[in-house]
Formats: sequence, structure tokens, C-alpha cells
Amino acid sequence: MKFGVVIFPGSNCVTDCYYALRDVLGQDTEYIWHGTKDLNYFDCIVLPGGFSYGDYLRCGAIARFSPVMDSVLEFAHSGKPVIGICNGFQVLTEAGLLPGALLRNKNMKFICDNVFLKTENTNTPFTNLCSGEQVLKIPVAHGDGNYYVDDETLKSMKENNQIVFRYCDAQGHVTDKANPNGSLGNIAGVCNREGNVLGMMPHPERCMEKILGNEDGIVILKSMVNYLKGGVING
Amino acid sequence: MFYAKVFVTLKKSIADPQGNAVREALLSMKYNGVKDVRMGKLIELKLEEKDRAKAEKKVRDMCETLLANTVIEDYSYDILEV
Repeated sequence: MKFGVVIFPGSNCVTDCYYALRDVLGQDTEYIWHGTKDLNYFDCIVLPGGFSYGDYLRCGAIARFSPVMDSVLEFAHSGKPVIGICNGFQVLTEAGLLPGALLRNKNMKFICDNVFLKTENTNTPFTNLCSGEQVLKIPVAHGDGNYYVDDETLKSMKENNQIVFRYCDAQGHVTDKANPNGSLGNIAGVCNREGNVLGMMPHPERCMEKILGNEDGIVILKSMVNYLKGGVING
Repeated sequence: MFYAKVFVTLKKSIADPQGNAVREALLSMKYNGVKDVRMGKLIELKLEEKDRAKAEKKVRDMCETLLANTVIEDYSYDILEV
């Protein structure tokens, strides 16, 4: 069982993801340079946060055409799990693996803060150890996290349970006040129709250890390990 | 050679907080009557191409794949022979 963390030029959360998987969870993990094409010996791919290609043109737009991305598309279409965090989420929407797009934050500010997330779908490789509607405290750090999708697509996403996380308050109430960036419907994370590709703006890899004061991210990465070990997915 | 100017703008249905901030600034500077400000991008391309139709097709393809994200943006272009 091997995890791969993709490095695009400008990715800056690569080491955090690598450390979280290898050192905190003890998983076999390797870096994947963006020029790599062969992903055959990986079981799960992580697209980390950062500012790939300096966010030029649009966040994730240029990374989407990195050589590795053809293989990531193939990997995802074969049903294997892919998670994109922050800039990784932006890359996945640009690549068309996930619906919608991430716009500039509504208040135009770069937001670096802890937020609360309500888990809305526990039937995924990334949330199978979460309890139903579990509230997680996870940090965000982004300037372009304002999720947008057209009405028709949103409707089909709801029907297919593709909204995985919504911004909420500490008690789990999804309110306008708890929405940090103007995201449509407080959406913080979505998956594809099949459920094997997840994109989320918050950074679970940054809250994995007690010494850092917050361990809420661990349930997401542990869910991935559980899924790959053949663990049961919540019904 | 062809010179292409590509204009990329947020779709009308999508709020543009940047444009709104600029509008507010203009109003505070007493430029009254500024009803709306929308921000966008201008991308200038020089294309080594002899045939106009081919140049145009290339520009359209580039807009569809990379230059614009058609989920949130519209694009238009002007092409001049130089």
C-alpha cells in the first residue's frame, strides 16, 4: 500500500502531507515529481496545497497540464482514490475531475484560520471513519476558496451525495456567518460521482498531532488508510 | 503572423468582488454614476501562422483548454494580421 504526494513547481504543503502519512500514520509514502508519468505502483494520490506555477492565469490552471496529470486522470478513472487539498482541489476542478470552480474569496482577503466543517457524506474513502455529521476543526489558508458551481450541477451533486464537507459553526450549524469565503452553500469539500476523488480547501494534514493543538485532521487520513486496507465504508 | 487579443471575463451570473471594490473606490472618488465594474484579463498572443482560419481555430482551442475556464468565464478575441 503506497501513497504518492505530487510535487508541482510551487506546491508548498508537500512535506506536510508526506510527514502526515509517513511519520504520523506510518504509511509507505513517496514524492511524485510532476514530470512523472508512471503511477502504477501507487494506491492513493495526494495533490497538495500551495501555489503551483505561482497561481498564474488561474489557480491550478497550469498544473492541470503537467505531464503527471494525464496519469492522475487515468488513475482516478480507474477508481483509485485521489485527494486534492487546497491548491490540489483547484487543480482537480481545472482538470474536470471535480465539478465547479474556486473563485476569489468573497471578501478579497487571504484567509488563514481554523474553521469548522460538517461531514455530510461518510460513505467515501476519505470520511469512512467519521461519525455521521461529525464536526471537524481544520485550518484553511487560501485566497481563492470560494466554491462555485451552476445550479443544475449542484442539483445532481446533491442527488449523488457529492457534497462531503460544509463550513459550519462549532456546534455544526451551517450558517452564513460560518462561511469564511463566500462558497455556494458553505461547500468546503466535494467528491466526484463515483466518490473516489475528493477535493477540499481545508488542510487536514496540518492538524494531525496533539503537540500542534489539534488532531481533527487525522480521521480523514486514517479513513484513507482504512479504505485501502479494505475497511468497511459507512452505509 | 497574426496578433490575437483574448479577453477573459467572469460570467455575468458570477459576482466579481474585485470589480465591486474598484467601483466602490471610484464612487468614493466622486465619479458618480458608475453602475457596474467588471474585471477581466487581456491576453496578447503572437502566432506564427499563415492562414487566418487556422490561427482562429488555434486561438479558440487555446481558450477552451487553458486560457479560460468555461465553468466560470467567458472569452472573446480579436485577430489581426501583422
